[in-house]
Amino acid sequence: MIAIGVLVAASATLVWRRDGLSGVLDILGHDISLFAGILPRVLAGCLLGAFIAEILPHEKVSRSLGPSSGLTGLLIGAAFGAILPGGPFTAYPVASALLAVGADFGATISMVVSWTLIGYGRAVAWELPIMGTDFTLWRIAISLPLPVLAGALGRFVYVRIYPTKAESASEGE
Amino acid sequence: MNAALLIDVILWGSVAAVGFIAYRRGPKVMTASLREGAMDFIYIMPRIALGVIGSGYIAAVIPQEVITGWLGPNSGWFGVAAAVVAGAATPGGPVIGFSIGAVALRSGGGTPQVLAYVVAWALFAFQRLLLWEIPFMPARFVWFRAAVCIPFPFLAAAIAMLIGKP
Repeated sequence: MIAIGVLVAASATLVWRRDGLSGVLDILGHDISLFAGILPRVLAGCLLGAFIAEILPHEKVSRSLGPSSGLTGLLIGAAFGAILPGGPFTAYPVASALLAVGADFGATISMVVSWTLIGYGRAVAWELPIMGTDFTLWRIAISLPLPVLAGALGRFVYVRIYPTKAESASEGE
Repeated sequence: MNAALLIDVILWGSVAAVGFIAYRRGPKVMTASLREGAMDFIYIMPRIALGVIGSGYIAAVIPQEVITGWLGPNSGWFGVAAAVVAGAATPGGPVIGFSIGAVALRSGGGTPQVLAYVVAWALFAFQRLLLWEIPFMPARFVWFRAAVCIPFPFLAAAIAMLIGKP
């Protein structure tokens, strides 16, 4: 938060010295309208995360997405990330909600990576028009196995870095 | 514009759907979720305000040609590694990330390198990590997730070299 503030202030100063006050105000106006457009989506994302955390049965989540959910858990996480609507304002609150109700790091990594690499939201809105259909479909096809692999690697590393926690978590099953 | 509208409709439709399920569970579940969601929103808003309103400045001071230059043709694995660093270092939103990728592709950048760039941008773009992922998720998870993902842009590039261009 502070680091970003400093970075923004330094960048704004550079823009001011290069382009003068009008350059600074141009960017400010553009960013404020961007922010105004994003704000309702952030609210939607927060509500989506909160509702999901509230209505998902914790026991079921920790069984199907928890540390001992195996490949199925990673596949469920990846599928969920791929169909999740919206942008970062939905993906991260929902992922955080899943962690809170019993998903492990592995399944949550599958979900986040799948959202960012396979999710249709960004691909349809930005990648298709800018990069073209051929590249986008080719990129997504190559990306298909990555979320599950990332989740599996995450789970593999996690139990080795935090052995006691993983053990007690699976004992709690 | 149509795609954005469609996404908004799906997004709010999903909120309405899970909200309806919560409502069926009883007014208590409904109000608890609404309060929780509203609190998250109030907590997150100033962080995102700083990020979004400041991001234009960060994007303005990092020249795009520098990043495109790293993705040059015949750059091999060195180019892939440079693409990964460039993807993580690209400021701004999807328009900037994909535009740089498109420019690199058109100006003769290698396809595996551009692929590695796009994948690395999706996985590690520092602005999304700092402004979106860290405020919403436990920081420990975010760093762990990023570290675990490091091999995957390279794997994607390797697959691309194997199966060839689109």
